Amino acid sequence: MNFTGKVREQLVRALPPEELLPDEQPAYVHSYVYLFGILTLASFVMLILSGIVLALFGPQWWHISATGHFFNSVHFWSVQAFFFFMVLHLWAQFFMGAWRDGRGLTWVSGAITFVVSIATAFTGYLSQQNFDAQWIAVQGKDAMNAIGIGAFFNLLNFGQMYSFHIFLLPLLVAMLITLHVLQVRWRGVVKPYPLPDEEQGVMEARAKSVGVEPPAEEGES
Amino acid sequence: MLNHPALYLHFWIILISLPNLIVIGLMVLVFILALILPFPRKHVSQGGER
Repeated sequence: MNFTGKVREQLVRALPPEELLPDEQPAYVHSYVYLFGILTLASFVMLILSGIVLALFGPQWWHISATGHFFNSVHFWSVQAFFFFMVLHLWAQFFMGAWRDGRGLTWVSGAITFVVSIATAFTGYLSQQNFDAQWIAVQGKDAMNAIGIGAFFNLLNFGQMYSFHIFLLPLLVAMLITLHVLQVRWRGVVKPYPLPDEEQGVMEARAKSVGVEPPAEEGES
Repeated sequence: MLNHPALYLHFWIILISLPNLIVIGLMVLVFILALILPFPRKHVSQGGER
């Protein structure tokens, strides 16, 4: 078998279509807590769509025209929602120990996405083309110089910050999110922490009384 | 209102703007609601957890 065939077989084995796009989830996923990840992703889609419109027309348009103001606001509120839900997603995954059972790299890719998103948002602040942006750039350049990257990452250079913001960093965030979602699909959603024996018994009795299967023990798949 | 400097609250060593405090409060509230509100179910599966 040639290289392409081997890669295809490995991909299909690692991520069969029913795992890649599942139409059912484990019983414990029936909670609003599990929605924060997809809400973060939805906010990211809104960010990209509103960002494409802003990039098409440019800073003069988004400062002067009413429609430009509207799309600027959509972009702004999308980023508020993006970080709002991403932090809630982080809290939820932290308290459910989502790195367990071989999911360490999923946790790490999420953490890296968070850090890169902060850099992306920061270059967005610098790309506003207003007094806020100038103030943040003048203050922030000292931090960049202090950590030794000021020569490569010049906050006062609008062109550089703008290209970082509308191309390089969003591309990196999109790739990281794709990797993160694929990792989640590959490993599945982490099981809840096992209950103490007494509570497990109560849960099983309660589940039996309403005619559903009790929650599975840790380690089953 | 949004074009003015934010109101800052100062307790001991903590200094935080009112908008940031409101956002953090909203996040805590949404997190608690997500934990306690019952999630709607379309049907109850009899065939195990999947």
